[in-house]
Amino acid sequence: MASVVFYFQVHQPFRLRRYSVFDSSHAYFDDVNNEAVLRKVAHKCYLPTNQLMLDCIRQHEGRFRISYSVTGTIIEQFQQWAPEVLDSFKALAETGCVEFIAETYFHSLSFIYDRDCFIRQTQLHCDLMEKLFGRRPTVFRNTELTYNNDVAKTVEDMGFKAILTEGADHVLGYRSPNFVYNPPNCGNLKLMMKNYRLSDDIAFRFGNRAWAEWPLNTEKFAGWVDQINGNGYTCNLFMDYETFGEHQWADTGIFEFMRALPGAIMANGKNDFLTVSEAVERYQPVGEVDIPHMISWADTERDLSAWLGNSMQSNALHDVYALNNEVLTSGNEQLIHDWRKLQTSDHFYYMCTKYFADGDVHKYFNPYESPYDAYINYMNILDNVRTRCGNGE
Amino acid sequence: MRVFMLGWEFPPFISGGLGTACYGLTRGLDEIGVQVCFVLPTAIPIGQVGSSHVDIRTPDDLPSSQDYEPVAEEDVQASQFQNLEIHRLAATLQPYSTPPAVDAELRRLRAQAQAQAAKLCRLRMSKQQQARGEKTKALLRDAINGNGKSNHVKIESQASLALPKGSLVVGGAGQHYEGDLMDQIHRYAGLACRLALVEDFDVIHAHDWMTYPAAMAVAAATGKPLVVHVHSTEFDRSGQNVNQQVYDIERAGMWAAAKVVCVSHLTRNIAINRYGIPAEKTEVVYNAVDLPATDEWKIEPIGRDEKIVLFLGRITMQKGPEYFLQAAKKVVGKYPNVRFVVAGSGDMIRNCIELAADLHLGRHVTFTGFLRGQDVKRIFEMADLYVMPSVSEPFGIAPLEAMSHNVPVIISKQSGVSEVLTHVLKVDFWDIDEMANKILAVLHHEPLQKTLSQHGQFELAKFSWEDSATQLKGIYEAITSN
Repeated sequence: MASVVFYFQVHQPFRLRRYSVFDSSHAYFDDVNNEAVLRKVAHKCYLPTNQLMLDCIRQHEGRFRISYSVTGTIIEQFQQWAPEVLDSFKALAETGCVEFIAETYFHSLSFIYDRDCFIRQTQLHCDLMEKLFGRRPTVFRNTELTYNNDVAKTVEDMGFKAILTEGADHVLGYRSPNFVYNPPNCGNLKLMMKNYRLSDDIAFRFGNRAWAEWPLNTEKFAGWVDQINGNGYTCNLFMDYETFGEHQWADTGIFEFMRALPGAIMANGKNDFLTVSEAVERYQPVGEVDIPHMISWADTERDLSAWLGNSMQSNALHDVYALNNEVLTSGNEQLIHDWRKLQTSDHFYYMCTKYFADGDVHKYFNPYESPYDAYINYMNILDNVRTRCGNGE
Repeated sequence: MRVFMLGWEFPPFISGGLGTACYGLTRGLDEIGVQVCFVLPTAIPIGQVGSSHVDIRTPDDLPSSQDYEPVAEEDVQASQFQNLEIHRLAATLQPYSTPPAVDAELRRLRAQAQAQAAKLCRLRMSKQQQARGEKTKALLRDAINGNGKSNHVKIESQASLALPKGSLVVGGAGQHYEGDLMDQIHRYAGLACRLALVEDFDVIHAHDWMTYPAAMAVAAATGKPLVVHVHSTEFDRSGQNVNQQVYDIERAGMWAAAKVVCVSHLTRNIAINRYGIPAEKTEVVYNAVDLPATDEWKIEPIGRDEKIVLFLGRITMQKGPEYFLQAAKKVVGKYPNVRFVVAGSGDMIRNCIELAADLHLGRHVTFTGFLRGQDVKRIFEMADLYVMPSVSEPFGIAPLEAMSHNVPVIISKQSGVSEVLTHVLKVDFWDIDEMANKILAVLHHEPLQKTLSQHGQFELAKFSWEDSATQLKGIYEAITSN
């Protein structure tokens, strides 16, 4: 038996507006653009896909089960500009077949820079999930699946029972991502790792006509899942939710594929679907995976270089976390919230120079013409945050 | 493959990027085995060029007899006056001039050249070169008065060579300053034709409009295919106030050519849209840059606590120096420890000095005048940031030079080089707020400087004169095989 574990990442950042060094306004975020992007993605992806998932759950009478991680920043945007999306997520939660997992509220890299920030933001997110969907998350995933042994230990101490990360080749070696593992030095925490080959077949390659396996149909994909039988327990399909309708446009047939997939996978009676916490309850760990250095699910490097690959990114990240004490002691709630929204990892992703000359996935809703513009803009805003700390308003 | 190439400047006697581009392209062609016969309108001292990769021909090389003999290099090197006279020549006939400006310039320069020639004689006299100096002085006087047997001051050994009638070589000789620019261009055409008949070549390659009449004449006389190379157009130099005569020459040259090579897509679009050139007749060949030799002697930086922001280029409308100063005004309000260096000369220099004064920027702005050679390197070594705020820039080699010295660069989006550079900061030339914003960011944030210059080094590797030359060779081969 192979259990398919779908987990979808739902996130949008608060993109910054053009902020010159001569600006002094406290309005940092580009509400107009953020609203436009959110509405566009809501109509192309979130609303139709949520409806599709709800239909699948009903059609298969609860045997189709999925998990989500929905960031605090996108929840705020739903509340402001598209409350109907939030309602559709609530409807999904009410089926009992959907699990919401925890992450940092602001989709931040706070773990690397400030452990207290990290814990605080994770608690904020758990509170939000509990308030909206009625259940406190028991599984954690860190921003962009960034992970190492320390993250696991910290998260276990916070009471989580499982954590997700990338099934990167260079950490797994000969081992398969289709099992449940343990991090070292943790008592009970279980580790689920992304099957990036099968995940990326859907998320990245589905509509690629140059791909040898194009067009991908549900029978073919179900056949690949079947091959896990006897070689593993789970098939961890982790991906951005925007895969449906955004990364893969509707005309690629992605929606029809997804609608037919649950039936195809369960057709032979050997496979089923589980949420993340159901999977870690059913399957016991088969071994320990030691990951001392940070990994992530980004780019081919599967490391931090997309957010921390050049000195601008390093400088910006360092500077925003250096303001921790000053901001928190200001007692200014608006300032604290703005500062936290500035920690969203996307801001640093826009400063990435790795593939800048070629152009690729890094350009997705990127509001800047160049990583240099992203850095300059961010640093100007940070300067303004600094002045607000100083005068104690 | 042998190319008959017509140009107007060649290092070190340059006033803009054209000479640098001609040098780089010919050197690249040389490396891939294409022979170039480079024709210049003035008596350029070849010894100073420091390169023997091209045959340089000037009208001087045409003696009054029909026999053609190249200038011997030692003879040229023997000249003691090349820097003075030749520099002035180049300035008079620089490719960026407009006809009315040249007329005025000619009058001014004639007076200046006479004064300087006389001054030089005095200087030489005061050294231990009296004997020689006397001779030189006499020669110069003859030249200045226009009544000597030899009215060319280039070098003694050549003094016996009578010049062809209507020579362009004006070397301090008063009578040769006569006539306007158009006249000289047509005289150049005649001389080039004569030279072409004694040279053997496969393709004619002409750089910018001043050489087009000559190139067309040579093409008509020899039947060889013509490539025109557009380094800039009248629309770049003069905005919308184009000189009709110049435009007509440019258009005629482009129409007559088998291929129109443009330095960027920006320029290619102008050739297509403003000159009506069919798109399939055009090619884009980007310029490149030579990386400075790593073993070169490094200049000790002058101790200073100021940051230096550099403008280097001709001080003309096209280059946008006033936007640089306006942005400087905004920068000093936020970052006082900064010096804005304006290096170059041009017809807007007075306006710019006045503007700097009006903006109360005196303490923060330095005008250096025209820099060349080692001084250019020095100023790049000193600079913390290079800004090219050009209103219209067909390509823009200077940013590449800045990057080759590890200097971060801000360029205007209205430049050809902006099509190919990614690790630079880009602004609209008119957006002085954004320009100031970016200047301040570079001054404030060291990680930004560092990332720009590190990635810039990698990016520079994309540019090579050999690659540009290889593209040219492909074009030559295509048009000669037809």
